[in-house]
Amino acid sequence: MLEILQEILQVGFFAAVIRIATPLILATLGEMFTERGGVLNLGIEGIMLLAAMSGFTAAYFSGSLWLGILAAMLAGALMGLLMGVLTVSLGLSQHVSGIGTTLLSTGLAFFLYRLIFGQPSLPPNIEAFKTVALPVLSGIPLLGPVLFDQFALVYIALLLVPASALLLYHTPWGLNLRAVGENPRAADAAGVSVTGLRYQGLVLSGMLMGVGGAFLSMAQFNAFTFGVISGRGWVCIALVVFGQWSPWKCFGGALLFAFVDALQLRLQASGVIDLPYQLFLMMPFVLTIVLMALVSRSARPPAALLKPFRKEER
Amino acid sequence: MIRLRLESREQTPTWLRVTLPLFAIAATLLLCAGLVAMAGANVLEAYAHLLLSSFRSRFDFVETLVKATPIAFTGLAVAVAFRAKFWNIGAEGQLLAGAIAAAFVGGRAGLPAWSLVPLMLLCGMAAGAAWALLPAVLKTRYKVDDVVTTLLLNFIMFYLMMALVDGPWKDPLSGYPDSPDIRIEAEFPILLAATRLHLGVLLALLAAPLTWFLMRRTTLGFNIRAVGENPIAARYAGIRIPMVITATAAVSGALAGLAGVSEVGGIHFQVMAGLSPGYGYTGIVIATLALLNPLGVLPAAFFFAVIITGAEAMSRATGVPVFLADVFQGVALICMLVAILFTQYRLRIRRVATQR
Repeated sequence: MLEILQEILQVGFFAAVIRIATPLILATLGEMFTERGGVLNLGIEGIMLLAAMSGFTAAYFSGSLWLGILAAMLAGALMGLLMGVLTVSLGLSQHVSGIGTTLLSTGLAFFLYRLIFGQPSLPPNIEAFKTVALPVLSGIPLLGPVLFDQFALVYIALLLVPASALLLYHTPWGLNLRAVGENPRAADAAGVSVTGLRYQGLVLSGMLMGVGGAFLSMAQFNAFTFGVISGRGWVCIALVVFGQWSPWKCFGGALLFAFVDALQLRLQASGVIDLPYQLFLMMPFVLTIVLMALVSRSARPPAALLKPFRKEER
Repeated sequence: MIRLRLESREQTPTWLRVTLPLFAIAATLLLCAGLVAMAGANVLEAYAHLLLSSFRSRFDFVETLVKATPIAFTGLAVAVAFRAKFWNIGAEGQLLAGAIAAAFVGGRAGLPAWSLVPLMLLCGMAAGAAWALLPAVLKTRYKVDDVVTTLLLNFIMFYLMMALVDGPWKDPLSGYPDSPDIRIEAEFPILLAATRLHLGVLLALLAAPLTWFLMRRTTLGFNIRAVGENPIAARYAGIRIPMVITATAAVSGALAGLAGVSEVGGIHFQVMAGLSPGYGYTGIVIATLALLNPLGVLPAAFFFAVIITGAEAMSRATGVPVFLADVFQGVALICMLVAILFTQYRLRIRRVATQR
């Protein structure tokens, strides 16, 4: 067993961990932002799927990958807006609105993909993102190939972690967002627009989830498949709880999940453990539940999470 | 200047409860018409296929009833759970748990033939309940969010099922990852010759009034509703919330498990990858459309069975992708949520004097 692990835990493995973590980092940060403002976005799973489809399709027809990313962000932002109308303006149940958004986005992704591409025997594909080795940095032994010979989106995701922490804790916008999520009544009295900030949080979350989804269909793989997200969005919801609504801890959670996911993939491929491969696929999900059970007792979600805010009600 | 205002309502008139889902469905049809037109089809022709295919022949009608059965069970499961605000998004996994248990029991050679169907029902309910108890215990003991756990458990149960039918439980005679067929005696009796109208359909029809009775006429049902409506008041009234949540989960899981038993006993006679194309999630849409009323679940389930059946006919005839049914479910859920606002609020139009 030790030898297998020694064989697995190589530079290439850790590079894979970072790659697998990237969509999770993006979507988890997105979910963290909206929850910090007091709105749970359960649309995440569907939004990632719709964005994966939109990004792929835009890139397929325009030939520009970055235009694809833009389309994915747009799709995410639109669904964020929809969530805003339902949960912020109308004050509907965040749980059911989110499930509705996921069902709608999933349906739309399937419907539009079939409409645009039909049922070809070979799924259409694109020239996906290529890794960009950063000069000098990628030459650092061990760390270089793991961190600095990656897709551009990986760098963006990694930079977004400190940027999110900065935005959340050291800007007036971040302070207002947190105030809106903790005590909307007081924030409102102080002249902060609860509605505006919650919408902004949702749109931002949609865009980040969108990039996360597009990473899967445009960098990790070069085609869109119906199962491309397969539960990753739901995992991100759990990672936000595990990460205690803090950007750095969420990042840690995403890395931990990605580590286990990469490990199960390698163990599957090595064939040393003779178990059906589905049991390996199950591992990260089991781990997520165990992690949730460990931290949930002490977790302190934003106080106004799930609570609609109506100005006129006291 | 005209201002629109939402005012709270004290009570919801009954006519509103009945007509709201109809309004939601009408709005959904209107919204989805854009997609149909985008697909280049004549909207009226496509909708005729979508809505009427189920009524073209006795066979089509019966097939629609058969399709409505699993989603009626998952709809009931969700209606019970959501009443207690136990967010069971896991009917999908509980359905699979029930199906696995039913297929396992139904395949046992040593059991007397007469005991097979009752045992399948019992074991399937128990398996569904057990799979729902896990998130309930995690919620009540460890404060783990039920939405996340029920969702993740869906994936875990799916992979577990696939590991079984691709591994130790694989039918040696099949080239696919399928479980062996259940015994002939374990197959549900057919209620109408030359159709697939099986015992499960009847059970779903019985389960709805029974669930209604449970929710409306028993202490447990009262407690479930009390916990969902006002947990603080419920606690002061001496209701033990963790117990109620646990019982809710068990009932909900057992109902979802029955969906799986019914699919195995009446339709597939085995367990395989395509057993549930998201019946658990459709249950959420159905329960919401039924305003969480178990009796309303039946017509709602039938309606979505019409849509699912009709979408295939529509796709064959007009080329509109069959996934319109999926979009339809999402849009219907959202429209119904908005419509429910009107049970709690009324729209007041007021003229406000414009200030100069």
